[in-house]
Amino acid sequence: MAPTPNWLRRRAPKPEASSDPLWVVCPECNERVYKKDLAERLFVCPKCGHHFRLGSLDRVALLADGDFHEIGANLVTGDPLQWVDRIPYPQKTSQDRSKSGMLESIVVGTCRIGGIDVGLGVMDFAFRGGTMGSVVGEKIAMLLEECGRRKVPAVLVCASGGARMEEGVIALMQMAKTSLAVQRLGALGVPFVTVLTDPTTGGVSASFGFQADVIIAETGAAIGFAGRRVIDQTIRQKLPDGFQSAEFLLEHGQVDMVVRRTELKGCLTNVLRLLTMKVPA
Amino acid sequence: MNVIVELEKPLTELEAILRDLKNRQRETQGVDLTPKIRELEEKAQQLRAEIFGNLTPWQRVHMARHPKRPLALDYISRLDDFVELHGDRTYRDDPSIVAGLGVLDGIPVCVIGEQKGRDTKENLYRNFGMPHPEGYRKAQRIMRLAEKFHRPLVTFIDTPGAYPGIGAEERGQSEAIATSLKLLAGLRTPIVVNVTGEGGSGGALAIGLGDHIVMLQHSIYSVASPEPAATILWRDATKAEEAAKRLRLTSDDLFEFGIVDEVIEEPLGGAQRDPEGTIGKVLAADRRAIERLMKLEADTLLDRRYEKYRKLGSHSELVHDRAAR
Repeated sequence: MAPTPNWLRRRAPKPEASSDPLWVVCPECNERVYKKDLAERLFVCPKCGHHFRLGSLDRVALLADGDFHEIGANLVTGDPLQWVDRIPYPQKTSQDRSKSGMLESIVVGTCRIGGIDVGLGVMDFAFRGGTMGSVVGEKIAMLLEECGRRKVPAVLVCASGGARMEEGVIALMQMAKTSLAVQRLGALGVPFVTVLTDPTTGGVSASFGFQADVIIAETGAAIGFAGRRVIDQTIRQKLPDGFQSAEFLLEHGQVDMVVRRTELKGCLTNVLRLLTMKVPA
Repeated sequence: MNVIVELEKPLTELEAILRDLKNRQRETQGVDLTPKIRELEEKAQQLRAEIFGNLTPWQRVHMARHPKRPLALDYISRLDDFVELHGDRTYRDDPSIVAGLGVLDGIPVCVIGEQKGRDTKENLYRNFGMPHPEGYRKAQRIMRLAEKFHRPLVTFIDTPGAYPGIGAEERGQSEAIATSLKLLAGLRTPIVVNVTGEGGSGGALAIGLGDHIVMLQHSIYSVASPEPAATILWRDATKAEEAAKRLRLTSDDLFEFGIVDEVIEEPLGGAQRDPEGTIGKVLAADRRAIERLMKLEADTLLDRRYEKYRKLGSHSELVHDRAAR
C-alpha cells in the first residue's frame, strides 16, 4: 500500500477501546487473529477470508492512488428534531466523533484510482452505523456536483444502516436530494459506480446505492432494503441461509459482481477505464 | 386497536342518538324535539373540542390510520375520469399501488396511489398498503407515461412503508425504490404529491419526490413508521408511542421543515367526518398547483425541483476542528 498520505495521518482514529489490544476473534471462523496482521491484510481474516468492516480512511487509502483532496471536510450535523432519548442527539454524535475519529459517517473528495481522475465518497459504519443524515446528503450532493463540473466519474462506497432516525424526515429527504444529484450527473453522461460493503441497507440502498451504472458488492456484505430485525418483527418467518448476502444478490440479478477486497482496486480500475474510454472517431 | 376510535366512542354514541332523534322529529310531527336536539348538539360540539382539540403525536398517528379515513381510491374516484392500468409487465400486479390515466377538472393526468383496505379481507388483498417491488415498477411505468404524453403526475401517499419481506428483498425492493426516485428526479413534467394518510419511509418517498407537496392536516410523514423506528432505535416495537413523539411527523412539523408546501385543514375530528369536502379541497389544491407548474419550461421545472431538495438539511462548518488536531 502507498505510504500514508498527510491528510490521513492528520485524522488517524484513536485506538479502539477493545478489551484486547493485540488480538481479535474472527466472527466467521472463531480463530484468534493478530490485529497487526489483520491491518496488513486489509482487514481480511488470514485464516478464513472473512471481510471485517473497513474504516473509511483505510478504504480511501486502499483505493486512491496517492493524494485525496477532501471536500466538505469540516461539515457537522445540526439537530433538526431537537432529538433526545437516552441522551441528546448532539451528545451521541460527539461521542461517535471521539470514538471513530470521524466528524461524520462519510468522507468525500477527489483523487485518482488506477490513474483515472474520480470523485470518491466512502461511508464509515463506525460513525452512527454509517447512517445518512444531513451531512451525508450534503457531502454526496457536493461530490456529485463536483464530478459533473469536472466530468469525472463518481465512486461511492456504501456502508450504512440506512437513514438516521435521529434526524427524522430530514434524513429521509436526503434520499431525494442524493437521487436528484445522481440523476443530474447521469444526464451529463458522467459514469457513476457504487461499491456496496457490509452493511448497505435502508435509505442508502434504496437511493444512490442502487442508482449506479455499475454496482459492485464486496464479498460477504449484507445488502438489502429492510434490516433483519425489522423483517423479523414484521413477518416472524425464519430467514433463509445467506439471505441478503452479496452472493444472494448476485444470484438474484441485483448487483453486477461480487469482488474480494484484495481485488477491489483492480476491478474498479477496469470498470472505470472501460466506462471512460472514448469511442475512436 | 385504533386509539382514536376508542377515544371518540362517547362521541360516536352521542351522534347516533342525535341522528335517531332527528329522524324521529321528521317522522312524528306531534312532539317538538328541537330543544333536546339543540342541547345534545351543543354537547357533541363540546365533546369534539375536548377529544380532538389537542391530539398527541401518537393520537395523530392513529388519526392518520383511522379505519374510516378517505383512501387513495376515494380521491381517485372523484376525478372526472379514470382508467386503472395494471401490472409491472414483469412479475405481477401489486394491488397496494393503484395507477392509471385520469382527468382532473378537465386536465389529463397520470395518477399513482398507495391503497390500503377498509377491512381485514381488503387489507390482506392490498397488503395493508405496503407495496412490493413490482408495485413500484408499475408506478414507474405510469411515471414514464406521464412524461411521454406531457401530463402532470399526481400521487397519493398512504403507506406504513415498503413491504419488508423475503420476496420483496429477492426481487429488489431497494432497486425498485431507488429507480423510482431517480425517475421522479428527472421527470420532465409537473409532479404533485398528496400525503393523505401515512407517509412511512422510503416506501412513501418512492412516489413522493415532486414539485408541490400537499399534506392533509392529520396525515403523518416520517423517516420510518413509529413501530419500525422504535425497533431500529431501541430494539423494541412497543416503544412506538415514544418514537411518534420524537420523530416530529405531524403536518405542522413537515411544513415548518419546508418539506411540505401546503397543508389542507381537516374538519375537527378528521377527514372521515367530511370525506366529500376534504377530497374536494385536496383536488382543488392539486388543480391550482398543476396550473401554476404547467406554465414552467421543463428545464426550469427540473431546476426548481433540484433546488427544493438541495437546500433540505441541517449542517454547519465546524470552526475548530478538534478531531483534526
